[in-house]
Amino acid sequence: MKQNDVILQSVTRVAVVIILTFSIYLFMNGHHHPGGGFIGGLSTAAAIVLLYLSFGIEKVRENIRMDFKKLAAIGVLIAVGTGMTAVVFGKPFLTQAFDYFNLPIFGETELASALIFDTGVALAVIGTAVNIILSISEDR
Amino acid sequence: MSGSGEVIGAALILIGAVFSLISAIGNVRLPDVYTRSHAASKSSTLGVLCALLGTLLYFLISDGYFSIRLILGIFFVFLTAPVAAHMICRSAYRHHVPLAEGTVQDELKDYYMENENMELDSEDQIDVTEIESKPLATD
Repeated sequence: MKQNDVILQSVTRVAVVIILTFSIYLFMNGHHHPGGGFIGGLSTAAAIVLLYLSFGIEKVRENIRMDFKKLAAIGVLIAVGTGMTAVVFGKPFLTQAFDYFNLPIFGETELASALIFDTGVALAVIGTAVNIILSISEDR
Repeated sequence: MSGSGEVIGAALILIGAVFSLISAIGNVRLPDVYTRSHAASKSSTLGVLCALLGTLLYFLISDGYFSIRLILGIFFVFLTAPVAAHMICRSAYRHHVPLAEGTVQDELKDYYMENENMELDSEDQIDVTEIESKPLATD
């Protein structure tokens, strides 16, 4: 039986853009406002799960060619790597650094090494959450 | 200047709360799934929109703070709440949830029998009285 999912699919197309934008906003805001890597990664995973729900697993898998197990592993590697970088410079493990830079568009911006750690956390959360949903949904 | 912001914000939030209350009363009073979803989706969406708009105007007028997240929330609720009601009603119809007692016309039925090729046998029909009279499973 072929189902007619036009309304759900076309609203999903708009909603996923909003959810992904908001999750990037949450992720970048984490240093000074509520937000951060964990909640940003979870809302990104929610957008991906919404895509799976409305378009079906096979079609999304053709278009997002990404192995979420590897994504979780890469996230953990990035998080550990930022900790090990501090060890290389002779500081204790996971020491953070931040400085102010003059970027071309944003002007004077505070860049912290905690952002890279947060990227690792976000990738690990996305990979784990989507991987759990996918392995539940398959009958294997 | 902060007084007018409080008045406008409070008025809009009060309107939103009244609409939400009307929606809850409609959920209790109306007979079947479809009319209840009509009450729940329309007026509670408007209630939430009024409350968010009141909050936005309050912070805009009294603090001068323009919250883009509230605009995004208004747009998102306005976009997704009717679609959620549509999906709930459609899955209810596909599982043969009965219409209300006084229903005189079911225009979807002919189309549904023709195109979706589903047999409406009596075993599949959900019997509400049977569900209600069935005792809860105990261990």
